[in-house]
Amino acid sequence: MATKASKTAARLMISPAVILLLMWMIVPLAMTVYFSLLRYNLLMPGMESWAGFENYQYFFSDPAFTSALVNTLLLVGGVLFVSVVGGVLIALLLDQDFWGQGIVRLLVLAPFFVMPTVSALVWKNMFMNPVNGIFAWLFKSVGLQPFDFLTAAPLMSIIGIVSWQWLPFASLILLTAMQSLDSEQLEAAEMDGAPPLKRFWFIILPHLSRAITVVILIETIFLLSVFAEILVTTNGGPGTATTNLTFLVYVQSLLQFDVGLGSAGGVVAIILANIVAIFLMRMIGKNLDA
Amino acid sequence: MGRITLEGVAKRFGDVEVIPPLNLDIEDGEFVVFVGPSGCGKSTLLRLIAGLEDVSDGRILIDGSDATPLSPARRGLAMVFQSYALYPHMSVRKNIAFPMRMAGIDETEQKRRIDNAAKALNLTDYLDRRPGQLSGGQRQRVAIGRAIVREPSAFLFDEPLSNLDAALRVGMRLEISELHNRLKTTMIYVTHDQVEAMTMADKIVVLHAGRIEQVGSPLELYRNPRNVFVAGFIGSPRMNLFTGAAAAEYGAETIGVRPEHIGVSAENGKWKGRIGVSEHLGSDTFFYVEDTGLAEAVTVRADGEVALRHGDTVWLTPAEDKIHRFDANGDRI
Repeated sequence: MATKASKTAARLMISPAVILLLMWMIVPLAMTVYFSLLRYNLLMPGMESWAGFENYQYFFSDPAFTSALVNTLLLVGGVLFVSVVGGVLIALLLDQDFWGQGIVRLLVLAPFFVMPTVSALVWKNMFMNPVNGIFAWLFKSVGLQPFDFLTAAPLMSIIGIVSWQWLPFASLILLTAMQSLDSEQLEAAEMDGAPPLKRFWFIILPHLSRAITVVILIETIFLLSVFAEILVTTNGGPGTATTNLTFLVYVQSLLQFDVGLGSAGGVVAIILANIVAIFLMRMIGKNLDA
Repeated sequence: MGRITLEGVAKRFGDVEVIPPLNLDIEDGEFVVFVGPSGCGKSTLLRLIAGLEDVSDGRILIDGSDATPLSPARRGLAMVFQSYALYPHMSVRKNIAFPMRMAGIDETEQKRRIDNAAKALNLTDYLDRRPGQLSGGQRQRVAIGRAIVREPSAFLFDEPLSNLDAALRVGMRLEISELHNRLKTTMIYVTHDQVEAMTMADKIVVLHAGRIEQVGSPLELYRNPRNVFVAGFIGSPRMNLFTGAAAAEYGAETIGVRPEHIGVSAENGKWKGRIGVSEHLGSDTFFYVEDTGLAEAVTVRADGEVALRHGDTVWLTPAEDKIHRFDANGDRI
């Protein structure tokens, strides 16, 4: 693929795919931006009119906006923390030789295959329910007052549920990374006088840095748009305690039928996602360079 | 100091006995080479000494005190691995500093030792590079540097040259020998290459299926191989081994003659044959002589300028006093 002709041919060949992908992205984006500049309410069809930046004004001055922003960042940060730290530890465990390794690895991966709605329902009704849940039973069996997770610590509970879903993903990626570590390096470190904790800190963890970066970047993309878990468990409440940006957009466009306001929220969410992405790439992107 | 004594050391993986109990003495300052075909247990033996594997039986004494229960770090040995095992995320300087950092040696002393090692190993210009930016030979030197700065009582080398190309291997061989002459520290070196063993060792330990076949200086092994295995393994090209009538004539089950101890003549001699492949190296010529009735091909070394070619009929005459005789068990008579 070096001659001029072959390069031109290559460009021609891939252009349909590239153009299709571009349209796929540009058209919805352009429509969202357009709607966000309209006064557009589904309860008043045919009454659309130009609104300028009014929708943005309303969106930013909405008292739910700040809490949604904070909740989004807390949710993303919390789940990332739990899944990376937990994932490293689980990967360390799974990397050991033990009987039934294959089955255990499969079981660890299982939560990732459960649909978000289902897992949220299971957690809500079977684990965290203050009357019937397993946690309530555990609390009662040691003589404690059951803890009403989704009312008393709603955001933490959701972070817990989402972490449970993403932990397997992180563990799996980190496990494969750990398996690619040359065992002679660990032996060399052992000869060099590094005890197990220092071997972990100086050899294993730096080796994992690239995999951790990948986990953080991929998870962030999905965690910015967590929705099902919130809808099923708390419906954004109590108050706005578990409303993130995605959920706020949903509330405004589908519960209040205000498409214009919802679109403005969508655009804000896109901008926020890009800001987060820029920060992430700045902080950890250099790990991806070979 | 670095006197290492193995007393009845054995290693079993499950039911498989990789190394039957063996005894070995390594004197302080000696350059000892473990040599043998692949799978003979030489690397396992080295790892037992290093402490990376636990012995199944027996004791390892370092400078007279029992080191068997000690962790690898506390045995005071340094190891150079086959893959070099450099830490890829650290600069050369940090790689070399790592063992000292773990030992808690203060910064100025660390710096002094790093500078000394870098100077000795020609690494001064590369100290701030990552291992990934170095060539194979340089990586090898970094690995050696990392071992030197610990000032160990003995160095352990696990086939350190097997990843290098032929020219570099010869160079590194000289460097390691020079290093040994300068440091006068005990070195244990594992290789499957008998040329490395012959050129570097003070003492060679020939291993075969976990057993020690013979221990001795390179020339001792060359002159007096204790059995057929050692005879065939030491020396390049391999010694010719004949059985049958030719051996019976000398009252032995097997006789061995090295290629360099057989005379070649176009007119007369003891055994008649025809030249098959011949290798002209300039300084020497190696003939693989066929149809002798002794073995499939008899390897013979002749002068570099000898005027014999493929297909010529030749006569071979062994030097009578250089014939090695072995009995039915393969042991030397």
